Amino acid sequence: MASMRDIKRRKVSIQSTQQITKAMKLVSTVKLQRAKTRAERSKAYFHCMYDTIQNIIARTGHVDHPYLVKGDSDRKAVIVITSNRGLAGGYNSNIVKLVAGSDLTNDVVDIYAVGKKGRDLLKRRGYNIKADRSEVINEPLFKDAMDITDEVLASYMQKEVGEVWLAYTGFKNTVSHIPTLIKLLPVDGKLPGDDDTEGLSAEEAGEEKPAGDSDKKEVMSLMNYEPEESEALELIIPKYVSSIVYGAFIEAVASENGARMQAMDSATSNAEDMIGALELQYNRARQGHITQELTEIIGGAEALSS
Amino acid sequence: MADERAFALKIITPDRVFYEGEAIMVELRTTEGEIGVLKNHIPLTCVIAPGLLRIRETDTEVKTAALISGFVEILQDSVTILAEVIEWPDEIDVKRAEEARVRAERRLAEKADTTNLKRAELALQRSVARIEAAKK
Repeated sequence: MASMRDIKRRKVSIQSTQQITKAMKLVSTVKLQRAKTRAERSKAYFHCMYDTIQNIIARTGHVDHPYLVKGDSDRKAVIVITSNRGLAGGYNSNIVKLVAGSDLTNDVVDIYAVGKKGRDLLKRRGYNIKADRSEVINEPLFKDAMDITDEVLASYMQKEVGEVWLAYTGFKNTVSHIPTLIKLLPVDGKLPGDDDTEGLSAEEAGEEKPAGDSDKKEVMSLMNYEPEESEALELIIPKYVSSIVYGAFIEAVASENGARMQAMDSATSNAEDMIGALELQYNRARQGHITQELTEIIGGAEALSS
Repeated sequence: MADERAFALKIITPDRVFYEGEAIMVELRTTEGEIGVLKNHIPLTCVIAPGLLRIRETDTEVKTAALISGFVEILQDSVTILAEVIEWPDEIDVKRAEEARVRAERRLAEKADTTNLKRAELALQRSVARIEAAKK
């Protein structure tokens, strides 16, 4: 049996680890709240954007616009959103697994990395990292989303890549985060928001659709466009893409903090369990020690008196 | 007092709801030119060009803002502006806008082959819109 001192030392070390994990949990809880509020505030924008785009696409039908038709190039661009810091459970590795497990193999993919962890993990798997914008995820601004979108769209328009994908972690609620891989370009009739897997838009669409759907459609069918649809498409799709990217940033930040909060919560309670077990061991050792001392004293006294 | 000429105006940005209220007229600049929108306008969606946004809340009260990019969806009794970049006059850094204007003008005047004319022009429009809005 380990000595009392060893057990005690172990206990103290676990206790200080527990303090750290507890503090980290508190920090990520606060950050999560902030990220959540932010996501709520931006919802209105994405909802409107989604409706408009869907309507334009429904009306224009099959236009031969490059944004709507697959490019000739076999290469694909993937924007991968992960975190800069670890200790968030499976948050980063889930995204990497999702990308690596899909048919986006490492020989045809250019990665636009947002988040150091994802960048490093994908690099190790042999992916080509074309751009690294990891600093963005600390405090994502709409401008950042626009910059990345511009970059990706430019390479799409120059036919360097034929498809653009986005991998991020959707934030469903505090405890459930869904690694999501969606196709941004070409925009097909079925928008990413139609999928159940896509977090934000799908959720809202589900919430608000039943009420005003038919009304809205009717009004929309009378809608005029200036400039006309196909030109408007050209101008609005970049905005649409950047709004999806921005939405993904915000959801990813919320998910990251949610994941970290969960991971730290279980770490804290594991530490609690370990401390409990060590406490028991320590007490046993202490009692053993006392008993032994008593026996020794009694033995000694008996030896003297006899 | 409900003005019967009033319609609902909503301006949203990715980060916040910028404005929500009633207006009797909205003036803004689109890629096709400047437009003024009253109630019962035909349904219309336009793409926005950098310019001054004027919200006429009542006959006497007018609010202005610098509307830089986004698009607007006009329905009969409501107008929704999806703005990527929009600023109230008091949020504008006039000095910076002035500098940007000078920079853009210089770039346009030089007309070197390397200058991206379209970009410089847009930058000029943006800065002018900001300066105008700030002056009001």
